[in-house]
Amino acid sequence: MIASDRRDRRSARLLVVGADGGMRHLPRAALASLFDPGDLVIANDAATLPACLRGVHSASGEPIEVRLAGWVSAGDPTRFIALAFGAGDHRTRTEDRLSPPPLSPGDRLVFGALEAVVERPLDPPCLLRLQFLGDRATVLAGLARHGAPIQYAHVPEPLALWDVWTRIAADPIAFEPPSAGFALDWRTLAIWRRRGVDFATLTLAAGVSSTGCPALDSKLPFDEPFRIPERTAAAIVRAKANDARIVAIGTTVVRALESAAMAECGVRAGDGFARGRIVGGTQLRVVDAILTGVHQPGESHFELLRAFAPNELLERAASALVERRYRGHEFGDSLLVERTRAAAFA
Amino acid sequence: MPTDTNLKQLRVAITGGTSGLGLALVQRLTARGARVAFIARTARAVELIAKETGAYGIVGDVGRKDDIYPIALQVTGNLGGLDALVNNASSLGPTPLAPLADTECEELEQALTVNLLGPFRLTKALFGALAASARDRRGAVVINISSDAAVNAYSGWGEYSASKAALRSLTAIWAEEARAEGVAFLSLDPGDMDTPLHALAIPDADPATLKRPEDVAVEIVDALIAALPNWDARPIAARA
Repeated sequence: MIASDRRDRRSARLLVVGADGGMRHLPRAALASLFDPGDLVIANDAATLPACLRGVHSASGEPIEVRLAGWVSAGDPTRFIALAFGAGDHRTRTEDRLSPPPLSPGDRLVFGALEAVVERPLDPPCLLRLQFLGDRATVLAGLARHGAPIQYAHVPEPLALWDVWTRIAADPIAFEPPSAGFALDWRTLAIWRRRGVDFATLTLAAGVSSTGCPALDSKLPFDEPFRIPERTAAAIVRAKANDARIVAIGTTVVRALESAAMAECGVRAGDGFARGRIVGGTQLRVVDAILTGVHQPGESHFELLRAFAPNELLERAASALVERRYRGHEFGDSLLVERTRAAAFA
Repeated sequence: MPTDTNLKQLRVAITGGTSGLGLALVQRLTARGARVAFIARTARAVELIAKETGAYGIVGDVGRKDDIYPIALQVTGNLGGLDALVNNASSLGPTPLAPLADTECEELEQALTVNLLGPFRLTKALFGALAASARDRRGAVVINISSDAAVNAYSGWGEYSASKAALRSLTAIWAEEARAEGVAFLSLDPGDMDTPLHALAIPDADPATLKRPEDVAVEIVDALIAALPNWDARPIAARA
């Protein structure tokens, strides 16, 4: 439980980096009064799986920790791509974790009442494909009972599912929380509705963002399956036609919308995969502003911001975040970056 | 009664699904083709009813805080979303029923935990899924099973009564707050039924004077469908 962080939800802060290069420091609750009538805010409503399982590798008797990291077939909870570690827990930085025992196809992994079989080890060796034994209901019951949210050394207390589900969390298909969504609550959505700010969602199975395994981290993020509802696609067309802004809550929303962007205007509704990275120089076709957590230059979440604003402005923003002691990580403060107007993006 | 299959796309979760009204609701909804997940405490009973009805059975106790999210995960994971939640499970407290002056504080706490906090917590955990269904124009509804004890004072029914009155109030406020999100909230009093809970409360009641849970389930399913504005459960021929 992370009671102290949750208490801070109400006192969280927000740095707004405007399209004109200006910066404003606000309480995050002020999010409700931002944006104009007609603007469209889009969030990722994926709920998060208890994707971390600790158990035993039957063949060796060695402890093993498995972190589910990708779907073999989106929404089928019996087969996953997963990362494996040896003994230890989240209090050790992932970089310093022991390797798992050598894995061979057919090896059994036992997590309490939940059992899995290694379909095959992948490359690099900390990656594998596994299948849980049993039908959908059995596997979900096993995950519910024996799984825990994936977490990192910066939060020492064990996380519970209620810590990692955003207020809008619906389908449990993400491996890590779409954490920018922690900034949203139903009060904010109600105020936006009254003010004529539109709200819509998409669902993207947010995956593991870093593993500590350098060979693997260079491949991240994996291609992530997403679904864009018809209503959301229609709202985007409407907003674009009215010259209103599209505000993405989190990098997952940017990745989904830009992957589904069509040549003319708007996005394809339906299922797709978010592929590749968005970085400086990536042409954004849909999103006009992004709300995200506080990240360091070099992290993929920060590098994505370079598609929104010039490096010089982001450096100033990064300095301001450090100077004013904004809190990082997924339960920290927030940053809103508006896409710099083309003329200023030299 | 003709079985229509127009509820095929309907996803419903029911707490307390292995006896009484909850079981009747699971049977009624699965018979009409709906996709149903139910929650109950006893693994053997859950397994049996799941097998009999084809519904997803989830073992859990809505009175335990730590069970709530694991339940929510299994509900949405199995059904792929949620259109309707029926908070039916409830606890009568110790029997024979006792006057408040003989009631231990912990017993009142326990009744509030199961009958008030349980539905509150589960609804909160599933509210994102219900709101997502509403945004998708499917509508969404939460039905909280109430009692005439929520509004009338009956000697000996203190714990149950107070918890049901609080639940009724919670339902009314939630109905106001969630309307704009498209999630409807209903408080329904099923009346006196021939159920295990009623037998515990009034062991010498004449079953002939009590409603059958199967009949009440029909009424509740009708109310549930009526609360989903875009749901047309009529046979295709009868649609306008």
